[in-house]
Amino acid sequence: MTENLLTLFKTSGFLYLTPGMLLMWGIGLGLIYLAIARDYEPLLLLPIGFGIILANLPLASLMEPHEGLLWRFYHYGIQWEVIPPLIFLGLGALTDFGPLLANPALIFLGAGAQAGVYLTFFAAHAIGFTLNESATVGIIGGADGPTTIFLAAKLAPHMLGTTAVAAYSYMALVPIIQPPIMRLMTTRKERMIRMKKGRKVTPLEKILFPIIASMLIILLVPASAPLIAMFMIGNLFREAKVVERLTHAAQNELLNIVTIFLGLPVGATMNAENFLQPRVIFIFFLGLFAFMISTGTGVALAKLMNLFSKKKINPLLGAAGVSAVPMAARVVHKVASQEDKKNYLLMYAMGPNVAGVIGTVIAAGIFLTMLE
Amino acid sequence: MAEEILAPLAGKIVKLNMTLDAKVEEDEEALVIEAMKMETPVFVPCDGVVTALNVKEGDEVEEDDVLAVIAEA
Repeated sequence: MTENLLTLFKTSGFLYLTPGMLLMWGIGLGLIYLAIARDYEPLLLLPIGFGIILANLPLASLMEPHEGLLWRFYHYGIQWEVIPPLIFLGLGALTDFGPLLANPALIFLGAGAQAGVYLTFFAAHAIGFTLNESATVGIIGGADGPTTIFLAAKLAPHMLGTTAVAAYSYMALVPIIQPPIMRLMTTRKERMIRMKKGRKVTPLEKILFPIIASMLIILLVPASAPLIAMFMIGNLFREAKVVERLTHAAQNELLNIVTIFLGLPVGATMNAENFLQPRVIFIFFLGLFAFMISTGTGVALAKLMNLFSKKKINPLLGAAGVSAVPMAARVVHKVASQEDKKNYLLMYAMGPNVAGVIGTVIAAGIFLTMLE
Repeated sequence: MAEEILAPLAGKIVKLNMTLDAKVEEDEEALVIEAMKMETPVFVPCDGVVTALNVKEGDEVEEDDVLAVIAEA
């Protein structure tokens, strides 16, 4: 009898727990806490946090190749490049390119804010990360979760969990990270610049945009095709206005379902041996660096454009070029309204904001082309 | 002179602080528009009286819709 009990105990996981696993539980619980109590990107950080705990329960084999449940989600969802593009389908259906088309010059700000991605790529390589790893760390600066996961799965799968957590954490921290940089780089007078009304955008332009943009971008950077294609078809559903059911499904049910299957396996890639390494601290540090540089270069580019253009733009808009939609645009609006409460920048900021999404996908495509 | 309050962005009127014929002062919060999960307050452009009020709470408005007209007192 006692022998049987002993065998039962031996087949349980308790004997196989390591201090590292317990530490990972702490990290998982920490993310769950931030998601629930602080509302930090709960849609992602809640399942990621739980996934981390699951990945650190010995003998459960949830991430066992070919067998584990979460491994299957990971393999068929993320490695097969299914889930991030499906997320982009939903985002496309939610995105209004109107503000971008109304002020097309602001598209450059979406490109300018990608500088952090490239600078961090070089910085990471300089301190010893491989080229593939450096690209994955750099893309955190684009502040786009699905793109980060997409690139990490292809270039540096061992870093996928870490970079995803870094990207989503910093996105949640946009309202804290960005404003000091924005204030430091602009004068009060600049922050008070009011924008001239953009031109009116016709429904036909909105329908043509996803079609023409797909052709141009995919011809230019073919490796960006999976994300751009789904993003633009989602947007075409929305603007065509004849497939409301598909638009609705892409925006709601489908997006919600794939979000569930994204967070869990991303968290589950973070087992103790993979995550508890000194370099993880560098990843978080470099990710933050990338984010700050992107904010700064976005603002700097807006100021540069003002030197050459008669129509002055509010340089705060440059900070919206990081693609955290719509958080970065909201931050721009808030910082500007603190100086002049009748300055409504939200809609203007959405232009560079959605341009930033496209910019980050293109940056990821360029990395893939160069490194794979 | 009358000044129009235009909708600075498309969204839903979630709060309306003015009534027709009421006296209002510059920089008072006239109404609040919700767009992209964010509430954007819209302020009164000048001292005066509300001579036209085209929206009520819960209305969806488009950018540049005339929400109200304030006649300078």
